[in-house]
Amino acid sequence: MSFFTEANARTAAEVIARYPRPRSAVIPLLHLAQEQEGWVTRDAMVEIAELTGATPAEVLGTGSFYEMFRFHPVGRYVVNVCTNISCQLLGGEELLHHVEESLEVHAGGTTADGMFTVEEVECVAACTEAPCFTVNYRYFHRADPDTFDAVVDDLRAGRSPLARGAQGDDGNLPAHGTLGRLRQHIPDDRRAGVVPPEQADQEPVWLRTAPSTTSAADA
Amino acid sequence: MPEPTIVHPDGMGYIPHAAGFVANEGPKLVSGRFPYEDSYTLECALATGAYTGLRAALGRTPADVHTEVRDATLLGRGGAGFPAGVKWGFCPEDVWPRYLVVNGDESEPGTYKDRLLMERDPHQLIEGCLIACYALGLSQCFLYVRGEMALAQERLAVALNDAYEAGYVGRNICDTDFSVDITLHWGAGAYIVGEETALIESLEGNRGMPRLKPPYFPAAIGLYGRPTIVNNVETLANLPWILEHGAIAYRGYGSEASPGTRLFAVSGHVVRPGVYEVEQGVTTYRDLIYGPNFCRGIREGNELKAFIPGGASAPWFFEEQLDLSLEARDIGAAGSMLGSGAIVVMDHTTDVVKACLRIVRFFARESCGKCSPCREGTSWEEKILERILDGHGRPSDLDLLLDIGDNISPGPYPVAAHGAAGLDAVPFPPLQTTICPLGPSSVAPITSALRRFRSEFEARITRHEGIPVRSAPVVDGDPA
Repeated sequence: MSFFTEANARTAAEVIARYPRPRSAVIPLLHLAQEQEGWVTRDAMVEIAELTGATPAEVLGTGSFYEMFRFHPVGRYVVNVCTNISCQLLGGEELLHHVEESLEVHAGGTTADGMFTVEEVECVAACTEAPCFTVNYRYFHRADPDTFDAVVDDLRAGRSPLARGAQGDDGNLPAHGTLGRLRQHIPDDRRAGVVPPEQADQEPVWLRTAPSTTSAADA
Repeated sequence: MPEPTIVHPDGMGYIPHAAGFVANEGPKLVSGRFPYEDSYTLECALATGAYTGLRAALGRTPADVHTEVRDATLLGRGGAGFPAGVKWGFCPEDVWPRYLVVNGDESEPGTYKDRLLMERDPHQLIEGCLIACYALGLSQCFLYVRGEMALAQERLAVALNDAYEAGYVGRNICDTDFSVDITLHWGAGAYIVGEETALIESLEGNRGMPRLKPPYFPAAIGLYGRPTIVNNVETLANLPWILEHGAIAYRGYGSEASPGTRLFAVSGHVVRPGVYEVEQGVTTYRDLIYGPNFCRGIREGNELKAFIPGGASAPWFFEEQLDLSLEARDIGAAGSMLGSGAIVVMDHTTDVVKACLRIVRFFARESCGKCSPCREGTSWEEKILERILDGHGRPSDLDLLLDIGDNISPGPYPVAAHGAAGLDAVPFPPLQTTICPLGPSSVAPITSALRRFRSEFEARITRHEGIPVRSAPVVDGDPA
């Protein structure tokens, strides 16, 4: 029994084919596994190891270095509240406090109904829009407790909260694990081809055939 | 394409669909497309001149393109400020293949520019990547985007798909012999991966730990052991403009030593925080923080206490440095750095001990654990600052903090040995006992805060302000 669904196995093969060495696909494939299950399971790591020529331990070794990978089930919605310096100055810690109180869960924990996991996170690059939080990596800028409560109400009622300020709204906030819903796809007839490090024979062709004249701008 | 209608619902100059970006007056070399609502589509990009710089490059020899970029003195925008044209020259001759790795792992606290560039104008970045690949004979490009930036990933994926379809990326670009694939790659949450050798480790499928130096530049030995150019997103985003208009026009903006413009994110206690495209070198911190064209002063008429001039790693500046211009060289001489273009402003209501702890905690959490001075030191700095904040500090703690700092980043600051003047002689750039500058960066907020606000730390220690110590008897295992 393989771990990846048929569609995801095809995606995995496509991802691996974009790198000169399959091992480079470990992190993208961990994301794909997390998209499928909401977290990274043991079966997923075993299969990723097979696909990338690593051992399952190496896959865990790599994956456990990075904050975004979860090795146990988390809530459907992961709420990340930034408390780093720019957010701290404008109430990020108070916002986190409100999130913890209203969901009755400490940072790092998941609500009893499995809906929300709360995390206190480091800077998410929205510093001028402080304080901010993200839900499944969709941003809510210049947030206050009321913003957060409205987002929670929406999610509990099955509505998308994205219109409340997150960018990239297509009316659907995916469950935890799904990052980009749109993927890169290189058409076969346009592919230049991966260049493995072993292909060390010569310089790229355009360095030899490029126009020898000087700047068109100078002319 | 008509000029976009810029809506200013609040009269503040914000553009609703480009969160935080302020359309202030001044040249717009990299943010020109942001005001268009559909700026991220190929259609809008082409209608506003995208890929013109690439076509100009393809009409010239690769060596010529490299010379143009070197002449423009395009300084790297990631933090170190190293000239891109010079860095490009470090590739050893006749070692092939060479790779391009784009550093889009923006995570320095206070920094918010690369995310905007990727979300708002992905085609400009793709065009920049292609120009670099063409100039240096780079055979494959890897676009490493920070994992948390879901929208940037989506926008770049679609932009790449469209650009492949239209013949701008892939085989025989614009019907020439130039062929290169761009692989969109995404990280998974680790600040240290912004360090270029850690970025390469991560891209090879490993834990993101910096590599031992030398070699100092991956241009010598990088991805898969091959020559690799690692450039920041904003650096590459400047290339289309430079190739379209030329190095001389580029040098017409900014100062002699720092030509061109930069995106600065100003956050914290200012009236109008935002991302501004600013001419380097000729604009001062005072202009940026107080100017009507920029942040319009401190909120509620408050007083400035301190500001971070270039990201959380940078030593703090105070009122007397407000008139320094945004010039990497001058700021370096004044003991800090322009870094990643992140300015964090703190007004007089700021609790310095808390702010200092928060930044140190960031470095403690993000230390990769490879070098012991950083792994152990940063977490001890955090513990000590925490107990000072909680009212359990000891009189010896301030010297202990500096002593730990001395182990990570040697300097003359332990007061016991050098007197209070030691803090004024902190070397910059910092010395380091570690492979990368993450550990030494954790010392900067401590020396900055102690130098200026030592009394605030001492007050916490002597008055034992903070959480009271529980002394109630324990009943049934629970404190009463």
